[in-house]
Amino acid sequence: MVHKISQLTDPSGNAIRSIMKNRKTTGLISGVALGLSAVLAGCVQVSAPDKPIVINLNINIKQEVVYRLDGDAQDLINSEAEIF
Amino acid sequence: MFEFIRKNKAVAIVGGLALTAIVAMPVMAQRDPAYAAARSSGAIGEKPDGYLGYVTAPSGSVKALVEDLNIKRKAAYTRKAQETNSTVEQFAFTSGCNLIKRTVAGEKYQAPDGSWQTRTSADPVRDSRCP
Repeated sequence: MVHKISQLTDPSGNAIRSIMKNRKTTGLISGVALGLSAVLAGCVQVSAPDKPIVINLNINIKQEVVYRLDGDAQDLINSEAEIF
Repeated sequence: MFEFIRKNKAVAIVGGLALTAIVAMPVMAQRDPAYAAARSSGAIGEKPDGYLGYVTAPSGSVKALVEDLNIKRKAAYTRKAQETNSTVEQFAFTSGCNLIKRTVAGEKYQAPDGSWQTRTSADPVRDSRCP
């Protein structure tokens, strides 16, 4: 009896075991391969920057803070005039 | 007496204010003469950080005077920083903005680039963050 490779049943309707088994194995292998490649593609590559991170401490005094404190600073200068 | 006050409320208020002014006068302490002299001679000046600095190499007495004032300033800044929920540096800097603004012609102040400038009638050169 000659069957085409893609044919999973013989003309009487019985399954051709060997081909189905092969198909199953092939499916399993390709499934694992697909999963593995998905895992690899999903990895996020994190590497340390080559330049040092510099934070300018001068921004510690922001203009908005200076504006908020201005009134209190003037009060202090007026009330303790002998040290200013 | 009370009858008089009741009848002349306005006069009493003015009189009370005048009395307060006379009593308060000696409390308003003025600059120490040695400090005033060092300021007007340009030996010392105001810095943007809120403290006094030496424009020229100071004598022993001027150095002692400036150090004493800067310690007192730092104590005042620390107290006010706590009250206003800010840092000592922030409060001192804001005070420095005002102190440079209040210098009078002939006095010295430090510009943001670190150079000492003599105050003229023109606006002083201050940090861009100053109000």
